[in-house]
Amino acid sequence: MASGMQEKQYTPSLLNFFVYNPTFGQKEGEEEKKILFYHPSDVEKNEKIRNVGLCEAIVQFTRTFCPTKPAKSLHTQKNRQFFFEPEDNFWIVMVVRNPMIEKPNKDGKPPTVEYQEEEIIDPLLTLITFLVLQLFNGTFGRQMEAGGVELLIQKLEKFFYRYLQTLHLQSCDLLDVFGGISFFPLDKMTYLKIQSFVNRVEESLSLIKYTAFLYNDQLIWSGLEQDDMRILYKYLTTSLFPRHSEPELAGRDSPLRPEVAGNLLHYGRFLTGPTNLKDPEAKFRFPKIFVSTEDGYEELHLIVYKAMSAAACFMISASVELTRDFCEQLDGLVGPQLTLLASDICEQFTVNRRISGPEKEPQFKFIYFNHMNLAEKSTIHMRKTASVCLTSVHPDLMKILGDINCDFARVDEDEEIIVKAMTDYWVVGKKSDQRELYVILNQKNANLIEVNEEVKRLCATQFNNIFFLD
Amino acid sequence: MEHYLELCENPVQFENASSVNNVFFDEANKQVFAVRSGGATGVVVKGPDDKSSVAFRMDDRGEVKCIKFSIGNKILAVQRTLKSVDFINFIPDYPHTEFTQECKTKNASVLGFCWTSWNELVFITDQGIEFYQVLPDKRSLKQLKSQSINVNWYQFCPETAVLLLSTTVQGNVLQPFAFKSGTMSKMSKFEIELPVVPKPAKLSLSERDIAMATIYGQMFVMYLKHHSRTNSPTAEVVLYHLPREGVCKKTHVLKLNTTGKFALNIVDNLVVVHHQSSQVGLYYLYLPLVFDTLYSSSWSVFQPDIIISASEGYLWYLQVKLPPTVNLLQDKGKLMDFLLRRRECKMVILSVCSQILQGGEKGRLPIVATVFDKLNQVYKEYLEAEQSYTAAVESGPSRGSAAPKRPVRTQAVVDQSDMYTHVLSPFTERKGVSHKFIIAVLMEYIRSLNQFQITVQHFLYELVIKTLVQHGRFYMLHQFLQYHVLSDSKPLACLLLSLESTYAPAHQLSLDMLKRLSTANDEIVEVLLSKQQVLGALRFIRSVGGHDNVSSRKFLDAARQTGDQMLFYTVFRSFQQRNQRLRGSPGFNPGEHCEEHVVHFKQLFGDQALIKPSTV
Repeated sequence: MASGMQEKQYTPSLLNFFVYNPTFGQKEGEEEKKILFYHPSDVEKNEKIRNVGLCEAIVQFTRTFCPTKPAKSLHTQKNRQFFFEPEDNFWIVMVVRNPMIEKPNKDGKPPTVEYQEEEIIDPLLTLITFLVLQLFNGTFGRQMEAGGVELLIQKLEKFFYRYLQTLHLQSCDLLDVFGGISFFPLDKMTYLKIQSFVNRVEESLSLIKYTAFLYNDQLIWSGLEQDDMRILYKYLTTSLFPRHSEPELAGRDSPLRPEVAGNLLHYGRFLTGPTNLKDPEAKFRFPKIFVSTEDGYEELHLIVYKAMSAAACFMISASVELTRDFCEQLDGLVGPQLTLLASDICEQFTVNRRISGPEKEPQFKFIYFNHMNLAEKSTIHMRKTASVCLTSVHPDLMKILGDINCDFARVDEDEEIIVKAMTDYWVVGKKSDQRELYVILNQKNANLIEVNEEVKRLCATQFNNIFFLD
Repeated sequence: MEHYLELCENPVQFENASSVNNVFFDEANKQVFAVRSGGATGVVVKGPDDKSSVAFRMDDRGEVKCIKFSIGNKILAVQRTLKSVDFINFIPDYPHTEFTQECKTKNASVLGFCWTSWNELVFITDQGIEFYQVLPDKRSLKQLKSQSINVNWYQFCPETAVLLLSTTVQGNVLQPFAFKSGTMSKMSKFEIELPVVPKPAKLSLSERDIAMATIYGQMFVMYLKHHSRTNSPTAEVVLYHLPREGVCKKTHVLKLNTTGKFALNIVDNLVVVHHQSSQVGLYYLYLPLVFDTLYSSSWSVFQPDIIISASEGYLWYLQVKLPPTVNLLQDKGKLMDFLLRRRECKMVILSVCSQILQGGEKGRLPIVATVFDKLNQVYKEYLEAEQSYTAAVESGPSRGSAAPKRPVRTQAVVDQSDMYTHVLSPFTERKGVSHKFIIAVLMEYIRSLNQFQITVQHFLYELVIKTLVQHGRFYMLHQFLQYHVLSDSKPLACLLLSLESTYAPAHQLSLDMLKRLSTANDEIVEVLLSKQQVLGALRFIRSVGGHDNVSSRKFLDAARQTGDQMLFYTVFRSFQQRNQRLRGSPGFNPGEHCEEHVVHFKQLFGDQALIKPSTV
């Protein structure tokens, strides 16, 4: 068949993204004032107003059926709209075009377009978007208090300009739905050493309020509360770390130029704040984040400091001005210790791998998620960043996983779903208490009982240290 | 003024020396002999305890030069002349009359004698040494060995039974001999470096300037080197390490930074230098320190730690007062090294730990870590010794090897409950300490224990959890459990269960822990039943193979309580099937107390719903 005659696949894409407040601009002719942010910005004013109006109407209309739970999303053939009201009267709306397949027709007729509706793009994305927004800017209400609508609009522009670039809808899958945290597996002793490191740094640099510790983009320790850590983790792993690792991979701006502090060689450097401490022009400004406290929010400087594969995030009250002196002190104290720890962890990690033997390609792949501690684990993803999603299984199978997850979301009871996929794979979903496990088995001649046995065996070997109800 | 040394509170009292009462001291048995009128009006022997105290009479056969019991007060030796030593049996039922041994070397004078066991002793003469065995029943002595050598003076270390002879004209070549059950062996001789070499040669090393001591189990010869105009202007103490085998080596020099008359003691493995111009200087081995205290010139100093005032009739033991010493060393690591080696150290160590935690200065955690590591090092060594002792005892006596010796638990062994009671628990309750610091300290202690592979005891985990819960740091707790920093145990799992109402995830954490323990299946069933997860409990007990042994009543109670009739039906039928399989009949045994549930089942579903006994 000629190449021109092939099907064309279109991945889902972001059509619109906007934030509005229906209580603003209520007078006739002032409707534009309701809109706080609109993407893409080059859309004609009237169309913006029309789209916002439509959303308002849908929400109002559905409220008549259930006043406490207005509509969350609207599915049409061509697209999906997600509505989310994180704070009173502030709405975040995301419109996504469904993926489609363009099938060429003979005889020069226009191609037939098939939309695929059941892709996984979860409403949770708007929540996470909001949370990330909140992490860096605080609540809408707080910004309004601080500088009125003007400041809010300004801040939203600035934030979304960058954020929407990191939103890669085509690579969204089950892991994005969970928004989980991948924990780095570590032996007790090395873990205690890290504890000791964190405690010592916090004691000698008492400005530091919270510390988080990651290795290989996986979390080891969080001094922040779980919900805040979840968002910070999302930001670090999908935005900050990829931004810094790509030049490393390309060999530019090599970070492996050891710094000499005292007489100790170290590989520490700041990922936020000054890129070079010795630069007399260096600025000591760090991104600010908002985290929850018992009574509201607090604003913090976010210092991310990395040595080899180990990253430490230090958070300091935003009311303190950070100086060159402080950064040098931190660099001198943390750099050598973190370098040492990083090589310790690396060594421990390779030792453990050697003990567990050479990695054989197992007969199954799985995704695990625990709602309780947000822990996720996947043997399906080889590498997952926001822009690249390398999975080792076919997208159709991923789609089945998404469907099972939707089924789980609807009920509270423990459940188990076993699906035989078209491609001879078996897909099993298990839900036990707060945990979900998705297994893909490549055993085409197995029957249901054998698959069930196989999954039991998998639970007994891979998850023998947790309580999983059969 | 702080005092770092003190005399013991209960000195040994004896009749003070006078014209009619001669006083002798035996370093080997630590006995004071008060000899009245040459023994005719009585000899009173006072030892460190009442058991070693004796009183007796002996004939006055001339002035007593030296008097000593053999080890265990079996035989008394008395030297009255330069040629011979007299003996008296103190063994019950043996003849009590004195017998005499003359020295065998012609024209030699006996400088003294030393007991090396209950019946062996060595004569030291100016021309050599003679080693004898006393035969108390025959009232005679048998010579075991002898050695010719010119002797100026001698020193004897009773702990090691090593005799040190000063030889050569200058007296600075020292020849040690070691004695052990009937044998006498010559050790390698060594030379003491004199500050000035006199010309013409004359005796230049006095016995007053040499002392023998065991420090940390090692034998040392201490030399008090007086100043001379030509070299160092102040006196110093030079330590020579005298190994059982091999060459004696100069190892330490303690600079005294002063001049005058000195005397040496060893107290609790510390070298004490008395400065006799009304001061006492104390020098720690490795750590020179000086301070003043009142000192009486009439005192005599004996090894290792004895001071005697013959004119007042007192014998004191010298003691180190540890509490004031803690301020002498700023480096807490070195302070711990010092304290861990002292006899009465435990309470002082614990109070130092508390004191470190009390201070407000920064950078304390690394110090805390160092201190914990030092304590746990000693703790671990003891645990290991105890373990191999237990193993040796269990495996029974093996031929050829001696019976295993139970390791001594010294005060330096500071275990987890000592730390908990005296340091950590009071610390966590102190007001005004940030919970961050409290948790950091507790984690540091747990880290140190883990580093030395010491099993952490439950009460420490409890303290960590209590502190975290008190400050609402549940997510921290969660993470610690996730990485198994708090090791699994049933009590810990139960503690977690009790937290469920304040922190919901504790439930999952607890169940996971019970599962890992693999000995807590009953507890898991209880937890699930209490959550009305009756089917879950049933599936679980079946998966671990315990289905046949569980109480059916417990499950039926729980199923009925849920009010879910279908659930009750399922559970009921499942147990009927079990009965059928186990006993060939679906009915419940009377012992299972399920009668009311059978009635309830019939009421709900009718008789026909019951599984009928199969007819054979």
